[in-house]
Amino acid sequence: MTGAGPDPLIQARRLCLRYGGAEVLHDVSLALHPGEIVTIVGPNGSGKSTLLRALLGILAPAEGQVTRAPGLRIGYVPQRLMIDRTMPITLRRFLSLPHRVTEAEAQEALAKVGLAGQGGLQMAALSGGQMQRALLARALLARPQVLMLDEPTQGLDQPGEAAFYRLIEAVRAETGCAVLMVSHDLHVVMAASDRVICLNGHVCCEGTPQVVSSAPEYRAMFGLGTQGTLALYRHEHDHDHAGPADHHHHHHDHSHDHSHSHGDTHSHGQDPHHV
Amino acid sequence: MFDDFLIRAALAGVGLSLATGPLGAFVVWRRMAYFGDATAHAAILGVALALATDLPITLGTLVVSAAMALTVAGLAARGWAMDTTLGVLAHSALAFGLVAVSFFPMVRTDLSAWLFGDILAVSKTELALVWAGGAVVAALIAWRWQALLTATLNEDLAHASGIHPGRERLVLVLALALTVAVALKVVGALLIAAMLIIPAAAARGIARSPEAMALGAVAIGATASLAGLRLSLWQDTPAGPSIIVAAAAVFVLAAGFGRMRRQG
Repeated sequence: MTGAGPDPLIQARRLCLRYGGAEVLHDVSLALHPGEIVTIVGPNGSGKSTLLRALLGILAPAEGQVTRAPGLRIGYVPQRLMIDRTMPITLRRFLSLPHRVTEAEAQEALAKVGLAGQGGLQMAALSGGQMQRALLARALLARPQVLMLDEPTQGLDQPGEAAFYRLIEAVRAETGCAVLMVSHDLHVVMAASDRVICLNGHVCCEGTPQVVSSAPEYRAMFGLGTQGTLALYRHEHDHDHAGPADHHHHHHDHSHDHSHSHGDTHSHGQDPHHV
Repeated sequence: MFDDFLIRAALAGVGLSLATGPLGAFVVWRRMAYFGDATAHAAILGVALALATDLPITLGTLVVSAAMALTVAGLAARGWAMDTTLGVLAHSALAFGLVAVSFFPMVRTDLSAWLFGDILAVSKTELALVWAGGAVVAALIAWRWQALLTATLNEDLAHASGIHPGRERLVLVLALALTVAVALKVVGALLIAAMLIIPAAAARGIARSPEAMALGAVAIGATASLAGLRLSLWQDTPAGPSIIVAAAAVFVLAAGFGRMRRQG
């Protein structure tokens, strides 16, 4: 994928990062192109959040470099936001940080994430799911070219997770922004991911969700839980899906996969299901 | 009207509240109470420095307080065990300061003025300094308000929006040093942190937005100054501690009011 198409929005070349002497990331290269959805998976301590923070420019790499397109607008959704109880702040006020937004813009953003009319709530009183949506609403107000999400569905139940992924997909479809997401779940990623990057200090493997789930590196690392497949949250595009998610265990139900409209997965000419 | 020492004292209290209100809100939100203590205690060392070098007292305290605040901020950035480090620094600064000023006999006789303030003896020049310092701190915080709030909520979030959290921290550190320098005469080194924290904490009980909390802290600080002065006149109590007593009383009232309102 790298190198094809338009210039990348963010590019990392041969990143090495150290934390107190220990090497957390080694020789990581990746590029994020406009409109792509890329999911980074990896076990605890694999450097996922570190990579995200390096791409944001918060952490300086020991070696290698990160280049961002000039004037790149990034919408960042952190892993969690602890609002100190000593800080009185409503959701509406939070949306105006750091740039003030009009009432109409705020209402629109809240409606988009399913928090219409909730602007008066105190941030410290939000539930986990509401907080994630609030963070997403604020990120969207920056009109981002890239949405960066660090384990956004942590603490959500399965329907909540599926709904959040649908929301992200809708946002991408509407605004055309690229999405770079770190997932805490090794076996379930967003079906709409154009690419999955499997990280464990270095890039173990990458490709479409199907390609990654069949890669020996991925199986060696996470293979046991769901018999080695990467289950996908998907939804049909031609009708409403009431249920939380479709879990496709591809090597059990191979033909089913072809009935879906995500045709791009087959362009790689690989059949991942009979390894 | 500035010839009346009581009016000068009242105005000094109000002027100081301009700085301690908004700055105190950040001290509360960022849990910098001990940080404030360390910086304020360093002011006594600043007095000794000023006397030794014939500098104006305010300048001496400003320099030493800023040095202390920058040191603490630097250590915090390197991830030291802050609670212990701040405890060591805050108390050592005070002890070193007290030992240092003991070499100046004329201060030795009047030590309590530096520890607890001497608001009733504020001169016209000192009053002007308090208002100038208060106005600078208030303006600085107002100017950086949006960035400061964002960085206080979450530094990564701020970073992703193009804000440098370190720079905003520096703004607060310098504002704190300036506040300490002008507050020394009013409430004294030992009670500056109280003047920062108590009005802001009182305002928390009734505020629903960060702006309301900062402005409420200004109002409560000013009210406490006036009420404390009255108490001091009426009962012949020390003025600085009386102001803090009044602020603490407002805190209790606000906490009760906040609880009542929450229970409807």
